[in-house]
Amino acid sequence: MPKDSGIGASSKRREDVRFLTGKGRYTDDINRAGQAYAYFLRSDVAHGRIRSIDTTEAAAMPGVLRIFTDEDFKDTGSLPTAWTVTSIDGSVQQEPRHPVLAEGIVRHVGEPIAGIVAETIEQARDAAEKIVLEMEELPAVTDAKAAVEAGAPQVHEELTSNLCFDWGFIQDNKAAVDAAFETAHHVTSLELVNQRVVANPMEPRCAVAEYDAGDDQYTLWTTSQNPHVIRMMMGAFVLNIPETKLRVVAPDVGGAFGSKIYNYNEEAFVTLAARILGRPVKWTSSRTEAFVSDAQGRDHQTKIELALDADGMFLAFRTETYANLGAYLRLFATVTPTYLHGPAAGGAYRTPLAYVNVKGVFTNTVPVDAYRGAGRPEGTYQLERLVDKAARELGIDPAELRRKNFVKPEEFPYQTPLAVVYDSGNYHATLDKLLDLSDYAGFAARRQESAARGKLRGYGFATWVECSGLAPSQLIGQLGARAGLYESAMVRVNPTGGIQVFTGTHSHGQGHETAFAQIVAEHLGIDEKLIEIIHGDTAKIPFGMGTYGSRSGAVGGAAILKATEKVIAKARKFAAHILEASEEDVNLVNGQFTVAGTDRSMAWAEVALAAYVPHNYPSDTLEPGLEESAFYDPENFVYPAGAYGCEVEVDPETGVVEVLNFVAADDFGTIINPMIVAGQQHGGVAQGIGQALLESAVYDKNGQLTSGSFMEYAMPRASDLPCFVVDHSCQTPTPHNPLGVKGCGEAGAIGAPPAVVNAVLDALNNGGYDVPDIDMPLSPSRVWAAMQSAS
Amino acid sequence: MYNFDFAKPSTIADAVKAMSEEDAQALGGGQTLIPTLKQRLAAPSTLVSLTGIPEMQGICMDDAGRLCIGGATTHATVAAEGAAHYPALAAMASHIGDPAVRNRGTLGGSLANNDPSACYPAAVLASGATVVTNAREIAADDYFQGMFTTALDEGEIITEVKFPVPEAANYQKFVQPASRFALVGVFVAKYADGVRVAVTGASEDGVFRWSEAEEALSSDFSAGALDGLSVDASTMIGDLHGTPEYRAHLVSVMTRRAVAAC
Ligand SMILES: Cc1cc2nc3c(=O)[nH]c(=O)nc-3n(C[C@H](O)[C@H](O)[C@H](O)COP(=O)(O)OP(=O)(O)OC[C@H]3O[C@@H](n4cnc5c(N)ncnc54)[C@H](O)[C@@H]3O)c2cc1C
Repeated sequence: MPKDSGIGASSKRREDVRFLTGKGRYTDDINRAGQAYAYFLRSDVAHGRIRSIDTTEAAAMPGVLRIFTDEDFKDTGSLPTAWTVTSIDGSVQQEPRHPVLAEGIVRHVGEPIAGIVAETIEQARDAAEKIVLEMEELPAVTDAKAAVEAGAPQVHEELTSNLCFDWGFIQDNKAAVDAAFETAHHVTSLELVNQRVVANPMEPRCAVAEYDAGDDQYTLWTTSQNPHVIRMMMGAFVLNIPETKLRVVAPDVGGAFGSKIYNYNEEAFVTLAARILGRPVKWTSSRTEAFVSDAQGRDHQTKIELALDADGMFLAFRTETYANLGAYLRLFATVTPTYLHGPAAGGAYRTPLAYVNVKGVFTNTVPVDAYRGAGRPEGTYQLERLVDKAARELGIDPAELRRKNFVKPEEFPYQTPLAVVYDSGNYHATLDKLLDLSDYAGFAARRQESAARGKLRGYGFATWVECSGLAPSQLIGQLGARAGLYESAMVRVNPTGGIQVFTGTHSHGQGHETAFAQIVAEHLGIDEKLIEIIHGDTAKIPFGMGTYGSRSGAVGGAAILKATEKVIAKARKFAAHILEASEEDVNLVNGQFTVAGTDRSMAWAEVALAAYVPHNYPSDTLEPGLEESAFYDPENFVYPAGAYGCEVEVDPETGVVEVLNFVAADDFGTIINPMIVAGQQHGGVAQGIGQALLESAVYDKNGQLTSGSFMEYAMPRASDLPCFVVDHSCQTPTPHNPLGVKGCGEAGAIGAPPAVVNAVLDALNNGGYDVPDIDMPLSPSRVWAAMQSAS
Repeated sequence: MYNFDFAKPSTIADAVKAMSEEDAQALGGGQTLIPTLKQRLAAPSTLVSLTGIPEMQGICMDDAGRLCIGGATTHATVAAEGAAHYPALAAMASHIGDPAVRNRGTLGGSLANNDPSACYPAAVLASGATVVTNAREIAADDYFQGMFTTALDEGEIITEVKFPVPEAANYQKFVQPASRFALVGVFVAKYADGVRVAVTGASEDGVFRWSEAEEALSSDFSAGALDGLSVDASTMIGDLHGTPEYRAHLVSVMTRRAVAAC
């Protein structure tokens, strides 16, 4: 019987009531008395020198309060990056200053040059049109490989080159890896592009700041995945505001996908402007601005090679990647293509030798940072495409080749050649589940049926493993992180029994308010409805690192569990005292404290009240009150995994790809709420199919984003997608956190793209078109062109 | 958006008068114009809404058997009410944009705008329709003059379009995956005196008639009659979503499919 409460129950998402009835409260819903509006004059060239900027006429326009330029931000720090990556030669990453407003040079289209604050947004826009800007356009470079060629335009004059870092992982293993290639029976190699995408959450960014001169207190409401990180990084490093003086609130956030992790220029701007003007200042991004100012994702060009023996066993793989970082480093810019990428790049296989080389490169494009999956989708994509190619070259069934190279269930914990130890898993089980759910055995017949209709049918596999649950602080500290990635929680039991749980994670679509209540309810044995989850406000929550990297359940959930256990321990003391028993004899079962071997018991609510009514217990040894906090720092990452199968039909006349069937068989360890997990699988797979077939941020050679609106940038829609089959019944709970959960938020976006592309290549190659390779997005035009050049 | 005045006349005569103001501009459903205003790419002094004029609304058959559609009739109305008279035209209208676009966007607005990827221009041209304005009647063959360019004079209002109803017709739209406008759209209409084939989305010169295909189909109305025929790729649009070669190829495929579906 499925549970109807607690861990494992498909409790309905309580937050959906407000979202679906229009009662969500987003940053743009927040309006403060006396609020003024900010508008940014942004660069319309990718690279240029600002010769002069004259704001005289603009400043005199009706309603204008002030026009800010870089002069006003001279004393502010650089927008920070959170990780130091060390290059092969021992040098550390090149880290240019990232100013709030451009300082003399603009480096990408959309970079803010001036900020206009006026009584209304229309007045601010009117004034922006009157700013006289003299810009000397400079040559731009947008492609990462081109940017490291001799004579390429320099994005940052003060740096030695456009190369931010050249990272080898693990450099000491390189010679052994290369040697394995020398003697290998077979080598498969592939060059591919993991194209740049735009996150495009439904809610564009927004920031409202207010300054109270009376107590020198700032409040910033912002669309953020991690309000404490904004407070710490932006407060301390950019604006020099002590944490005690800055409150950051991230209310309901309408999707983020990584793009709302970072410290953005506009947030710093409104915070400072609010103080200078003594007025609340609001900025709301338009969709057009979002395309050129939100951090973008992916953009890797990779060569990957696999060495195999005569039996098809993997001996070694190596990669060389050019990762386009854009014009500036945002918070996770350098860790995303390195430590979030390399450690999981070996996937589900027991390949004994591996080497990953990534060159991070500056270009005149919008900064690139973590986007759903962050580094792991790129690793999975390149590996799974390569394995399929090897299978085709060797004439081995792609499922078989994978299976024979999988890490075996009995080999966990498994030390990989890429530094990490996989916790638990059963990759054979998820593959079997996939083959079963997708009726792989019946595929040949379905292919024939398609052929009879003139269509080419293909089946594509992808398996994936990710390092998620960011992150064990000790380990990442050794790898260059400038912060820890533990999580905090506080559980407050109120006198009448209602419980408030304060978490440092942030829910922006994940359903934390429901799932986290289930964790607490499970352990206290009480109704979920008595538990309220509070997040997104630095004034309420002690501390937190936010939500990304599939970390909230594994790290934030574990912190909540730890605080809950502390609460139970203390409540037991009250119960023991009142029930006149020894603590060890008192147990909490189904919301009742009972004394072992007796019929004496007390309900949870009675104990809660007693905690706040200290009439009758020794207050010298038992403090009143029932509130506990905990920090949880994981000892390792967690390693969710899965096997995906995609079935497509290609129309040979037009190149149109139709996804007929998509099956995801995942292992996320313990499942807190199956319905929410299935929703995450759906969303992730949809996003992955979007990247595979539709999405692409394309810059022209002058650095203009040609796909800078929804008229050109194709988002996946319901009609582009099949009815997914998602499964998470294969469960190998992680031993690395007390819940056994592994994280599910990024899975679909990691596993889906290679499954789709492999399916299309299978369809083409089995349909008589010799197409060894094709790059995403698989637009009809591109598929058709590939078929033309094959036949 | 810049400030503008707003007029909502209830007769064509009043609308024409309002349009004589300097920098006045007609407003149909606003599906193209409003986004343009929001981006501050246009600054009309007055917007003259045409949606409150009964004479410009609705669908009827005239004595010559032509389907007459008021210039301010929405795509949704054409989709619903045109089906009984001219099914291919109604089907085309039912696939423009999304429900919001179809409930606001108008026939006149679409034709006045003449977006090279819009659907209506193909239907109007393939039907040999007549565009009626406040001042004159314009044959479809004379009306379309290249991307975003038409025979309309400054301030001229499309009040009605008269469509001769074909014996058989079909529109095949190959959607651009982002905008879902036509990457290539082909409207084939078969009349007693011959077949007309109009292609949208494909050419640098906007909607055009594919005369070679018309000739072939006029003597043999079958997909096979198109064998070996193709349009010149050098005049086709190339962009993110399709090369000129691909568009030229799609013109053939979509024409074939349209004929097969007739
Ligand atoms: C999301 C979206 C998807 C769309 N998809 C498609 C599609 O698939 N296929 C397609 O064909 N179109 C599509 N469109 C365009 C849609 O059909 C618009 O309705 C049409 O282009 C403009 O019509 P309108 O009535 O909204 O005109 P408006 O936007 O009001 O006006 C457009 C222009 O026409 C002028 N004008 C308006 N009415 C008249 C008139 N009666 N006489 C003279 N001038 C006039 C205006 O002054 C303006 O210059 C789409 C639009 C959107 C927003």
